[in-house]
Amino acid sequence: METNKKKLTPKQWFFGIIIHLWLGLMILAVIIPVMWVVGSSFGTSAAITDVKIFPSEPTLKNYIELLTETDFPLWFRNTFIIAALTMVCTSVLNMFTAFIFARFPFKGRKPLLMFIMVFTMFPSFLGLTAIYVIALNFGLLDSIYTLVIIYTAGSIPGNIFLARGYLLNIPRTLDEAAYIDGASKLQVFRHIVMPLSLPMMAFLALTAFMGPWFDYIMPRLLLSSNQNLTIAIELFNWTDPQSPLFNIPRFAAGSVLIAVPITTLAIFFQRFIVTGLTAGANKGE
Amino acid sequence: MRFVTAFMSAIVWGSGQVLNRQWLKGLVFFGVQVALVCIELFTGTLRVLTVPEGAMDIGGNAFFHFRNAGFFTRSIWGIITLGEIPRESSAVLIFDHSTMLLISGLIAIAVLLLFLLVYVFNIRDAFITRKKIEEGERIDSINSIRAGLERNFEYISITPGMLLLLFVSLLPILFSFLVVFTNYNTNTIPPRNLVDWVGFQTFRDIIGLPIWSHTFVYLFIWTTIWAFTATFTAYSFGMLQAVIISSPLVRYKKFFRSIYMLPWAIPGFVSVLTWRNALHPQGPINRFITDLGYEALPFLTDVNYARAVLVIVNVWLGFPYFMALISGVMGTINTDMYEAAQIDGANAPQIFRKITFPYILSATAPQLIFSVTFNFNNFGLVFFLTGGGPGDPSLQFAGRTDLLITWIYKLTIDQRMYNYAAAMSVFIFIVLATVSAINLRRTRVFKEE
Repeated sequence: METNKKKLTPKQWFFGIIIHLWLGLMILAVIIPVMWVVGSSFGTSAAITDVKIFPSEPTLKNYIELLTETDFPLWFRNTFIIAALTMVCTSVLNMFTAFIFARFPFKGRKPLLMFIMVFTMFPSFLGLTAIYVIALNFGLLDSIYTLVIIYTAGSIPGNIFLARGYLLNIPRTLDEAAYIDGASKLQVFRHIVMPLSLPMMAFLALTAFMGPWFDYIMPRLLLSSNQNLTIAIELFNWTDPQSPLFNIPRFAAGSVLIAVPITTLAIFFQRFIVTGLTAGANKGE
Repeated sequence: MRFVTAFMSAIVWGSGQVLNRQWLKGLVFFGVQVALVCIELFTGTLRVLTVPEGAMDIGGNAFFHFRNAGFFTRSIWGIITLGEIPRESSAVLIFDHSTMLLISGLIAIAVLLLFLLVYVFNIRDAFITRKKIEEGERIDSINSIRAGLERNFEYISITPGMLLLLFVSLLPILFSFLVVFTNYNTNTIPPRNLVDWVGFQTFRDIIGLPIWSHTFVYLFIWTTIWAFTATFTAYSFGMLQAVIISSPLVRYKKFFRSIYMLPWAIPGFVSVLTWRNALHPQGPINRFITDLGYEALPFLTDVNYARAVLVIVNVWLGFPYFMALISGVMGTINTDMYEAAQIDGANAPQIFRKITFPYILSATAPQLIFSVTFNFNNFGLVFFLTGGGPGDPSLQFAGRTDLLITWIYKLTIDQRMYNYAAAMSVFIFIVLATVSAINLRRTRVFKEE
């Protein structure tokens, strides 16, 4: 770096300044909306015209109200249970199924795979009525576990494809050695493939965990009693100008309380995210 | 003899296996048959006899009607007729609920197909095992089950995932396909009314009624333009950021990349709702503009502004993904090519145009196409940002920034025009499934098959 710096010509200096001005501008563009949410969560008045990045009299009132006057802790617990269960089911089920699809050339594999892929193209809420009636028929309405089932099923098409792409890049030599030593297919998955695909599993787990916090449509459709609600429903009500519950500072406070842990998680596991995003990428070979 | 065992198994499941002296296997198959028969018996008349609600005539005798039959018979009858008695008033105690019948019918057919699969496997197994015995192989029950489990390991392992897909994804899709051929909409809401099969009437309505066909064409064109514009802008911007950060003049690359990942890491739901509040007529952005002495801008109420806002917010939300992706891809470019180009006297823009750009494009093509299909259905952004507005009286139940998908949502949830919404869903599904099937076929993952 030092040698580079000495060689800078005036032209490079000029470009360097322009580039850094641009990068600084972009940082502002990215940060200001975030600061606005954080700032408004400390605001005193609920009126939209009073919402500021730096409120004149910052207060914790919104957070205290959120935790004591609303059922926020309860909704938080519900959403957390849904997210955690979905995370476990999704990562194990998808990794295992992807392992089968990546490693064994069974009959009907390709058509089945093509068939699954096509499912990604059908947004789940187009079948809302059907999902509702199926849940009704099996007695699964107004239960947070139904959402776990639906999120897990919804994750299958996209994730199998990703995880399979990842597994295809892991050489099979280790598997084969284990088979020669008499390991069963399940043991190979448990002791060889799963440890090797931890980054991919982390990605699947992370995305599965993040999803349920902000899904609005499915909980709205399937959950009805207040004790089973999830956070997204109330967050939306607080930000809907037509709703009697309209309250931007409260929305901001709620958002901060969930977005901070999730954003931290995402930034912290960025490494896995890049792995996950590029797993399906054609490496241009 | 092998035909005898197959025939036996075809009548009493597992009996062929018993003849083959595979007791345990036979018992399992027989158990499945017992389960099938029990479901049919105990969900139907038998149960109705003990629960007399409406299933008896005035004399107290149970009478036969498909409505009282077992689950499978009743459901098949239901999906064919879609019911016979509407619940015109709350005094009607026995009534048929058409959509329930339609979905129960689908569920029954799916479950029956699963049983059929076991049935066929049962006959095939009785036949093949006997053949092996006749050819002199020694078969013992426990070991053959173990071998069978190992041999069919793949199919057994994918079963849980596939069952989930069947009931949560495939059935709703099939339901939508079937609803297209009914008159299920706000005029016929079960159980008050009965839904009927109407063939291709829904399609004739959409094509025949000008307001429907106009809305559909208008929204289809806008959705397509949107899908390409949104992807193109976010992709270009992501590439710009990736290229700029990769410049040797920039230090602390990791710092910049992390900051720019923020819009990706913050849940989209929160950021979109935040943007909507920021763009409110008296929101902070308009206050800033009026403070500068200009007029407030109609961000969400003027169609051109609303569309521009959608594109800009989408860039804000979407560029980090492409930036991360392209940065990753750029790391895999062979630097020898750059050196060779420099020796040949190429300048930086030429190198970018001839080497870097084509490489990035070919490596990210699948994600690019996937992103187009994603934006085609970008429900969250449009629904939570503009809500489809501003409205337009010439459009049927839609605003001018509505995508087909948000229109379908409004048709389903607000207007209850289920058959029209289903027709649109099927249309989108066919378009996108074709595009993505082509896209998948040309990716490396499939070529390696």
